[in-house]
Amino acid sequence: MSARTLINVPAKAKRGEVIEIKTLIAHPMETGYRVGLNGALIPRDIITTFVCTYNGEEIFRADFARAIAANPYLTFSTVATERGTIAFQWTGDNGFSASAEAPITVE
Amino acid sequence: MNLVRRLFFSTSPRISSSIRVERPPLPASGEREHLWPLLSLIAFIAFAATAPAFATEIPSSERRSDYELMGPQTRAIQDDDTANPGMLGALDGEAEWSRRDGAANKSCADCHGDARASMKGVAARYPAFSPALGRPIDLEARINMCRTDQQKATPLRFESKELVGLTAYLALQSRGMPIEVGKDERLKPFIAAGRALFNQRQGQINLSCAQCHDDNWGEKLAGAPIPQGHPNGYPVYRLEWQSLGSLQRRLRNCMFGMRAEPYAYGAPENVDLELYLMSRAQGLKMESPAVRP
Repeated sequence: MSARTLINVPAKAKRGEVIEIKTLIAHPMETGYRVGLNGALIPRDIITTFVCTYNGEEIFRADFARAIAANPYLTFSTVATERGTIAFQWTGDNGFSASAEAPITVE
Repeated sequence: MNLVRRLFFSTSPRISSSIRVERPPLPASGEREHLWPLLSLIAFIAFAATAPAFATEIPSSERRSDYELMGPQTRAIQDDDTANPGMLGALDGEAEWSRRDGAANKSCADCHGDARASMKGVAARYPAFSPALGRPIDLEARINMCRTDQQKATPLRFESKELVGLTAYLALQSRGMPIEVGKDERLKPFIAAGRALFNQRQGQINLSCAQCHDDNWGEKLAGAPIPQGHPNGYPVYRLEWQSLGSLQRRLRNCMFGMRAEPYAYGAPENVDLELYLMSRAQGLKMESPAVRP
């Protein structure tokens, strides 16, 4: 299972510069507390974990909970250290898994 | 005990069964007819006394996008295409644009080519007059007309990811362009019908659209700003919905809030209202997919 994502990582940065990373992913984030039209509970369906790696090294991790809105938007910062790839991985209920990556050039 | 019995078990005589209302017999049809001028006069007086006059319309110099009334956080989400979740829907629409479907096995792109060129400015002209239907048609219905007539496919369901996405993708191609709806002479009676609906009090709290969006825009309703109600950002990503939604969804939503019975998706009343709102917003720049609370 995959999902549509929107990633904003600066294409270029100076070594040592603090850069802002923005990520957005399409996901219903169904809480498990809502009742459907048939009166039955709609089962929980959320993203549970987000991990960001920079050339394979984990630099940011977040655990998501039920109260996070649909289409979660996360922004965080890191220090630009070297040229390479910043990769993103979301995992969640019902075997949900999505990934994205963005290249970065460091001068 | 006697007192208690008198207080709580008093047996007052029932009056309902003893009262009988004597109704005069209904007048014969010939007699009823001459009541109509009187009834219509009463109706006119009631209308004139309660419905806001059209003179309260917002002067065109004061018409501005509802974006300007939004909070800085909401505007920031809309301003950044990688933060605006409405863009996820537009991406869905982009994929849908080139997906072959139906008995004809054609995609939108097979006829219309690159939407970035062929669909530029289209959303700023809808609802438009459809000669085939003899009445205005909105963008959603126009997409579905293409689906049934050209692709020989089943129409997309209102508010489905596919239809909202496609509408968002088309509307995105008109971003920054001024709304041009309202110049077609054939639309005039339908714009008038939409205007009448907009000014019509309805629902359990007897409210009209105009009472909020013409007379009280810029004020607050339960802490949220009352916008002028311009449709220049549809489909919008509404934070309350946590999804993209069409203008008809928004209209139905408002009517639900007014405790009026919402018109069905695709109903002519909804299209007339959409048409009136677009003509009322003529000249405002399109900003779909907008973000609203």
